[in-house]
Parts: sequence; C-alpha cells; structure tokens
Amino acid sequence: MNTTSTFNLDSEDIPFTPGQTIMQAATAHGTYIPHLCWHPDFSAHGSCKLCTVKVNGRFGSSCTIEAQPGMEVENRTTELDDKRRTLVQMLFVEGNHFCPSCEKSGNCALQATAYELNMMSPHFDMFYPDRPVDASHPDILLDFNRCIMCALCVAASRDVDGKNIFSMGGRGLLGRRVHISSESGKLGDTDFAVTDRAASICPVGVIVPKRKGFAVPIGQRTYDLAPISKQVKETMP
Amino acid sequence: MSDTDMIDAVLDRHHRDGTRLMQILRETQEQFGWLSSATLTRIAEAVAWPRAWVEGTADFYSFFHTRPMGRYRVLWSDNITDRMLGNSDLMQAMCKKLWLEPGRVSEDGLVSVDTTSCTGMCDQGPAVLVNYRAITRMTPARVGEMVGLIRSETPVAEWPAEWFAIDDNIRRKDMLLAHDLAPGQALSAALERGPQKMLAEIKAAKLRGRGGAGFATGLKWEACRNAAGHGAGATHYVVCNADEGEPGTFKDRVLLTSYADLVFEGMSIAGLVVGARKGLLYLRGEYRYLLEPLMSALATRRTAKLLGKNILGTAFEFDIEIHLGAGAYICGEESALIESLEGKPGRPRIRPPFPVTHGYLDQPTTVNNVETLAASCLIAAHGSESYVQHGTEKSTGSKILSVSGDCERPGIYEYPYGVTVRQVLEDCGASDCQAVQISGPSGLCAAEAEFDRKIAFEDIPTAGAFMVFDETRDMFEVARNFAHFFAHESCGFCTPCRVGTTLVRNLMDKIARQHGSPYDIDELFKLHRLMQGASHCGLGNSACNPVFDTLNKFRPAYEHRLMSLDYEPAFDLDAALSQARQMTGRDDAGAHLQNEAET
Repeated sequence: MNTTSTFNLDSEDIPFTPGQTIMQAATAHGTYIPHLCWHPDFSAHGSCKLCTVKVNGRFGSSCTIEAQPGMEVENRTTELDDKRRTLVQMLFVEGNHFCPSCEKSGNCALQATAYELNMMSPHFDMFYPDRPVDASHPDILLDFNRCIMCALCVAASRDVDGKNIFSMGGRGLLGRRVHISSESGKLGDTDFAVTDRAASICPVGVIVPKRKGFAVPIGQRTYDLAPISKQVKETMP
Repeated sequence: MSDTDMIDAVLDRHHRDGTRLMQILRETQEQFGWLSSATLTRIAEAVAWPRAWVEGTADFYSFFHTRPMGRYRVLWSDNITDRMLGNSDLMQAMCKKLWLEPGRVSEDGLVSVDTTSCTGMCDQGPAVLVNYRAITRMTPARVGEMVGLIRSETPVAEWPAEWFAIDDNIRRKDMLLAHDLAPGQALSAALERGPQKMLAEIKAAKLRGRGGAGFATGLKWEACRNAAGHGAGATHYVVCNADEGEPGTFKDRVLLTSYADLVFEGMSIAGLVVGARKGLLYLRGEYRYLLEPLMSALATRRTAKLLGKNILGTAFEFDIEIHLGAGAYICGEESALIESLEGKPGRPRIRPPFPVTHGYLDQPTTVNNVETLAASCLIAAHGSESYVQHGTEKSTGSKILSVSGDCERPGIYEYPYGVTVRQVLEDCGASDCQAVQISGPSGLCAAEAEFDRKIAFEDIPTAGAFMVFDETRDMFEVARNFAHFFAHESCGFCTPCRVGTTLVRNLMDKIARQHGSPYDIDELFKLHRLMQGASHCGLGNSACNPVFDTLNKFRPAYEHRLMSLDYEPAFDLDAALSQARQMTGRDDAGAHLQNEAET
C-alpha cells in the first residue's frame, strides 16, 4: 500500500516510500529540484537553501522535509526561481568566482545552477574576500576562493574516509570557513589522499587535483552537454 | 606549573570530555588570555576529537581568541541604548588616550578596545566588559581612570569595586517578583503532587514560554516526558536557557541575581515532571560574573537537601550544572544552545527532530526560559486556579519587562499580561515617545498609533525587551544599529542569512552615507522577503524585521537621506546603442534594449 503513496510536485505525481524526503523522492523520479549542498550519498546538510520549495503554501527545504501523501509542493515557479537566483548571486559575490580561468568550469554545479536559473549578473556588489589558497598537499590544491560552504567535503571525509580532515567553523560571512585538521591548518600536514572520497566530492572548484588540467576540453564537459536539470541522478560523482 | 600542566589540570577537571569543550576552552583562556595553536592541538588530543572540530568551536565564539588580544581586552557594549548614552564618544576617547585603533591590539600587546553585542546592562549603560567582567555606567572620568589602571597594569581584580556594581533596578513587582516562597516550598508542593498531577497543573495554568515564542510549557514537558531515551545512557534533561542575548533584554540577569532559588527550583520541578536527574543552566558569557554566586547558591541548595539524592527525603534525585557561553547570540535558539552545550559551534539543528525527543546528547530535553521556570514555582506552590486569575485568557500570569532608553526610570517592570504599551510608558516616565522596540531587534517596532496594544501572546508577544525612543531619536539609525547586530551574529550556516544580513548592513550603511536611492529601499524589501522564508532559523527569518518596521512606519527617516526620491539613472542604455545602430544601419526592434525588455 505504501508503494502507491504520491505527492504533487508542480502538477506531477511523485511516488515515494515512507521516510524519503521530497528531494530524495523527486530525484528518484528524475525530477530536478535545484540544490548545491545536497548529495544523494550523504545526509542532508540544509544550508544552501537552493532547494527551498513551497509545501502546502509554506516555504521549506525539500532536502529535509519528509514526503507525505497528498502534499502540494511548488518547485520551479517564478517566485521560487527568483529567490534561488538571488541565493546563487549571493554565493557568487561572497566568494571569488572567476569562471573563465577555473579548471572546474563546465563541471561546476554552481555555474550550471546559475545558467539553469538564467542568472545574467552577480547583481550585488562583490565582497572580494581574502581567502588564501592551500597548495601544501603534493596531489591536491585547495582554492577556498570558490568555496560555497556546502560542507560536502566534511561529510565525505567523516562518513566515507573516516578521517575527519575537514570541519566547518567560524561565524558569519567573513568568519565561516573550512578548518583542516592539522596544527598548521595545512592540508599537506594531514593524511588526506587523492583517492579519498572527499577529494572528488566538491561541487565547485575548491578541491582540485594537481598536474591534471583541462583533460576534457571546455565545451565537452558535463554541463556543456546538457543543463543540470536534465542530468538528475541518484548517484553522482 | 608549566603551561601543559595548567591545560591538563583544566582537562582533568572536565574528565577530558569533548562535550565539555566550551568550558575547557574558557577555563584555559582564562589562564593564558588566548588559545594558541599548540593549546588547541593539546586539547584536541586529550578529548580525542579531530583538531578541526576543536578549532571550529574556538573560532565560532566571539569571546574565544585564537590569537592574542591584549592582556586587557575592553569591549564596549554596542546596543542602540548604549549608543544613546554616548558610548561611541567614550570609546573614541579611550582609544585616543591609548593611541589605539578600535579592534587592533596595541603594539606592546597590552590592550585592545572593540565593540561587542548588547551585554544586558541597558538600564545602567554605557557598559563595558573588561577581560569579560561587566562594568556599568561609564563616564569620561571613568574612561580616564581606566586608561591609567591599564597603563599601570593594575589587575582587573584590584580595580574600584563600585565599577562592578550592577543594580537590579526593580521598579514594579507583581506575582513573581513579589513572591513569598521559602526555598523548597514550591518543590515540596510539587513532590507532594507527583509528576503527573504537577504536569496537569502546569497545563491547567496555561503557562507559556517567556522567551518570546510562547509555546505551551505543559505540552513541551509532556512531549519530553513521553519521549523514550536513546541507547545505553538513556535519560532526560532539563535545560535552562539563560543565554539572554536579545539586545535590550536583561530580566534574566535580575532573576539570576536575586531570584536564583526560584529558577533552580523551577528547573527541579521540570526535572520531576519530565523524569530528568540532571539540569543544565546555560549562562551567557556576558554574565560570567554571576557564575560564582550561582555556584554557591547551588551548594546551599545541596546542603538543604533541595538538590542531589533523596531530595526533601523523597526518592527524587536531581542536580544542576552551569555552563557558560562565549558570546554568540545564536545560542539563544534552543537547538543551537544544545549544540553549544555539547561543545560545538552554535548552529541551529535541522528540525524535526525537536529537542523534546532528541536534545542534549541526543536524549529527550526540555529547554525553558529562566522566567518560565521561575513562574512554574508559583503554579506548584499556589495551584493553577490562582495563577489563571492573573493576565488574560490566552496569556496567563505575569511578564517581566526590561525597560531602557528614553525614560526617567529604566529597569525591571513586572505586569500581569495584558498591560498596554502606553501604561508601561507612563510608569517608566517616558515623555514625547516616538517608538518602542518590543522584544528586541527581532521583535516589533511599535509607533504611537500602536501604544494601546497589549503585551500578551495574542497581541504583542515579547521576550521582555522594551526600548524607548523619544522624538529626538533617528529611527533609521536605530534600524541600522540592529542591521549591524544581525550581520555580526549570523552564524553563517545558511546562505540567505549569512550573505543577506551583510547585504542589508551594507545597504543601510550606503543610505547612511547619503548614497542611497529608492532602488536600495526596494532591495531591502527584496532581501526581507527572501530571508524571511528561506532562512534556516529564526535569526535569519527575523533579521530584517527592524528594517521592515521602520521603513513602513518611519519612512521619512530613510527618505531624507536618499539622493533623489524619484531616481533615474543618468546613463541611458538604449541611447548608448544609437551609434551601433547607425553603423549597422539597423533600427529594428531587436536593436533596441528598451523594446527587448518590454517584450
């Protein structure tokens, strides 16, 4: 009986199993709800707020709200996409994002989401924060200029690698940052390895491998081939 | 004793338990003045936590320092009420005398001077914290003397005792502040009733949370009581929220100063009802000076058999521990407070699950405001029938207001619920009142037309702050002060609040510099709409309230600062394309920007 439960998402019936969140059910169904900090392999973080939907008329994060039979969920409405565009613009101006020179361009969830939401400009004044890069590790470069505070590296290192190399700390706009578990604060002084799950989890261009650049030419990359909304998968890189 | 021995002594005192990290960090910092990289490594090893977790916590709280901040750290409370009492000029004078820039440590590492969020001394400001000790009523003369004491490196403990005097300023007592209960009286009545009947009594009294949200206390206790504990250490907890961070609120300080027994007794009654053996009082770091008196009040209660095992000769066992915060407004949110109690950064949790089922250490936990717990004693001792005689139908009992700002008699006023704003203004001696900020920045800014509204859950709910602004005050500057407050206190977890509070602050500063336009006003409204719906917790949801309220009620305060009331950009995009049209010989619709925008 449970298998027949559905809820309504933008006039589409989405089946779900009890305990699934709106995001999990929609993803299993192949329906795209914009998101950046959510990943199918990890428990919800709920911080980016891109997945904000309207559930029975009230705003909420689809990555944390459990699906209920008969729920009325609004997703890709003008109102919600306007809010999401503003949120993406906020993420662009709080960091230093220079897509043309970024190795992740074309494979970057932030960039792809911005295209999806028709973001034409950053809109707000850029903050240009001072975020030093960390090149101390032999195989990995950390460029925190591109960090969107999704904490997926924290989850991957904790839940899969069992190393707890990263942690979100600090407070507020200028303080919030990823801490690295070594006295120097450098990745090179940890046992982080290029084979760690955390090394490949970053949705933007913070954690990038060294000595390997532009292996796939721009124009043939993930989100060059199809928009992010057409690539809904239950497992992701 | 070597540095390592000193750290180890602190660690041992806390059983090398990572969940006690806040207390470990504070006590270590009290020894060394700051938390060095090596210190954090040592602590992380001892509690067997990843170092990044320990650093993440140390980095989150305003009162922890991972770099030296001077042997004397002077923090000026920067609430709007401190501003109105002239704190800016005093701080500037202090910096000038010390040859210092605000926020910078002096070259010799002696002193730093900065601002901090409201320290809860609004009725006796301007206030400062010196090495986290509260000093009230700063004057130009005191600034001069203080600079002398800092220069001569006189220990803070040897500074004039009267500087540290903090008055209760109780101006009006009602049922709670005029109570006649002896210690143990309410608890003994509760024990006689037993947990079930005591719970029924709280429900019948219709007691609601005094922290502002007004959730029914009986329902909260019942949900906690009915929730099963989890795992091997299955148990229940009572947490008293004394993280009174809402600017303009200081009633919990007075309750903890002069009514501590009532608060502890309320916690014990809650413990009896929910089935807890342990209570935790989370005291805001700004009230550090209350720690020792509260500890000794606890000791007295233990001696009197009001805490510990076999309380009052019964089988009931309950004890209370005090945890200190370290300067983070967000910890007033109950799930952030629990995170902080567990030694983590104060980040509000995803809810559900709620603390009543999964709270402190994942166990069922009831988190109640100081005043709510104190009020429960009246219900225990005198019964619900007498309690509901006070207040209104939906808001029973009394409310303590902390009144500050432009009035003759700032201080503590207790009223039965239902009192009008106008009545309070009359009693505190406020004349020519323009506006009242009720329940702090996240509450309501009431204008003259609303002064006949009532303080009650069904009309104007409040945590207690009541800041009065007379006709001479600039309501734009009031809102701008609050915008700075929220930008400083946003925990940074979710995008809308982390970035939005800073964008709002910057827009308000732009308008203050007379560079604003109606466009910026529209931007403020847009950010308000986004943050109110999309933020993770109440901080982000209410961060734009003061801006929204003042924009709606005191619009001229904004408009006289704008460059132009009907601003048109001088630059005309379509006209700028005329040359290109000429060169290409095009003049169709697609060659016009304006036309394109309209279609």
